Amino acid sequence: MTNPALETRALRKTFGGLVATDTVDFRLEAGARHALIGPNGAGKTTFVNLLSGALQPTSGSIHLEGRDITAWPASKRARAGLSRTFQINQLFAGLTPLQSVVLTLAQAEETGGGSAGLMDLFRSAGSNGARIEEAAAILENLHLGACLDKEIATLAYGQQRLIEIAIALAAKPRVLLLDEPAAGISQEERELILGVIGALPSAMAIVLIEHDMDLVFRFARSITVLVNGAVLTTGSVAEISADERVRKVYLGEGEHA
Amino acid sequence: MRGPARFRSMQTGWRWYEIVFWAAAFAMLVLAPSRLLLLNEIAIFALLALSLDLILGFAGIVSLGHAAFFGVGAYTAGLLAKHFSEHALLGDPTIGLGIAALTAAIIGFASSFLVLRGSDLTRLMVTLGVALIVQEIANRLDWITGGADGLQGVLPRPVLGAFEFDLYGRTAATYSLVVLFIAFVVARQVVHAPFGLGLKAIRDNRLRAEAIGIPVNRRLIAIYTLAAALAGMAGALLAQTTQFASLDMLDFQRSAEALLMLVIGGAGNLFGGLLGAIVFAIAHDVLKGITAQYWQFWLGLSLIILVLFARGGLTGLLRLLYRRVRPEAAP
Ligand SMILES: Nc1ncnc2c1ncn2[C@@H]1O[C@H](COP(=O)(O)OP(=O)(O)O)[C@@H](O)[C@H]1O
Ligand SMILES: [Mg+2]
Repeated sequence: MTNPALETRALRKTFGGLVATDTVDFRLEAGARHALIGPNGAGKTTFVNLLSGALQPTSGSIHLEGRDITAWPASKRARAGLSRTFQINQLFAGLTPLQSVVLTLAQAEETGGGSAGLMDLFRSAGSNGARIEEAAAILENLHLGACLDKEIATLAYGQQRLIEIAIALAAKPRVLLLDEPAAGISQEERELILGVIGALPSAMAIVLIEHDMDLVFRFARSITVLVNGAVLTTGSVAEISADERVRKVYLGEGEHA
Repeated sequence: MRGPARFRSMQTGWRWYEIVFWAAAFAMLVLAPSRLLLLNEIAIFALLALSLDLILGFAGIVSLGHAAFFGVGAYTAGLLAKHFSEHALLGDPTIGLGIAALTAAIIGFASSFLVLRGSDLTRLMVTLGVALIVQEIANRLDWITGGADGLQGVLPRPVLGAFEFDLYGRTAATYSLVVLFIAFVVARQVVHAPFGLGLKAIRDNRLRAEAIGIPVNRRLIAIYTLAAALAGMAGALLAQTTQFASLDMLDFQRSAEALLMLVIGGAGNLFGGLLGAIVFAIAHDVLKGITAQYWQFWLGLSLIILVLFARGGLTGLLRLLYRRVRPEAAP
């Protein structure tokens, strides 16, 4: 029996009296294409924050490929292969997209560890031609080729949204968490994102938070529905779309709830 | 030049203005034989400002206590020069410089843990507090430091056993400039590497920096320690070349001046501190000649104008001008 890529046991997070994550048992298999849905305020972002280490849980545990990572800081989880995007852009405003992605690639390689990694940390970033080309390719794949060396702060929102994803991909994760990556951007850009995500290595486990059910059904093979911090149900796309309770609390509210 | 090619040249090669700057700086040793003491002072200020730029401009740590490391370096080098003037090795200024850097680095490392977390305001207060404590310790240890009278009898040996310090400041200016240049090369290497990009990432967005795997605390400790070492070297240079160390080298005013130089020159690009130090020292020199009393008034006024109208300082202005002239090539 193999370990799941990511697992939570009785995970709980409270903000004062509010239970944002309510005793969640979650299991993500390697190579999963999983969607996490639920109305606004259901606790989706909080759950991702707990998984990535941006928040500490009140109780319960988190396991990455069998290792208990509950006490690990976010940076250590990232180095262990867990990467995420943010619902609200979290970018390096003063850097260029190319610098951001080169940095992330260098960081992912450093994870290999040892003194070689340490040496690389202090070698000119411009001296590793292959890495720069790789960074450029990641950005060009997201149609960002025209703004490689513009300061991120000066770019349009849609482009910044794509940079969110570029950085998360550059970390070469084994588990990728995408928090509403397609929120607030054009239809064209949404299709672009879906295409890029769809072409990711099949061994990578991916969780997508998304409100657009059309996008969810095209991407996901399995779905978890979160309501008031708790898992309402988990199942295949067919099971979830047929589930009466889900229709009532979520699908019934219309596609862009 | 765009994309990968542009990135490569910006992160690796020496740019023309860097070469011009350093050629001009070293040419001053020959061209301005009567102003070598001023040149020495500028090089020392510049090293202090450069070290502050590493933590403020790159890592985003504001400090009002950088003089702590400057002063520790000054006293360390001063004490070594005083007590080992007969010792060929320990009495040599370069060894003194190294030990001063190490001492300042140790204090920097120890105090770095206090600036890891917290808002800018907490950091300002914590760095200020550390500097005040260090100054008070130096004051209390007057049997070692000379207390309020300063450290007397600092008699540095010739640099590398060969270059005697002279009255005109020739050796002093050359020595300080060479040390500044070496520090610049080291700082340049650090900031152009993934390590430096990581610092900027931490400065811009700590949350995301952590999310891409950067061990933020470890990086901040490392750069704070390095900056302390460089500031300690600047202090050591001052003590060695002026044959004196005093409590005002640990003073708040010195920390504030270093910050001022960075604001004048522009933070986050290594040259800001250097240009700021030049402008500061020359303004000090010129304005003092005109109005001995009120030079700080004019300095204050120009500071306000700079902050209101040119946030990036002199380097920011230069970049703006350069973009006008060559829109494609601007750094
Ligand atoms: N840092 C926080 N402090 C207090 N309450 C929070 C915090 N973050 C989220 N919440 C609350 O937790 C609940 C879940 O929020 P969130 O995880 O953002 O939901 P979703 O992403 O599903 O829209 C909401 O009621 C929200 O107001
Ligand atoms: Mg959310």
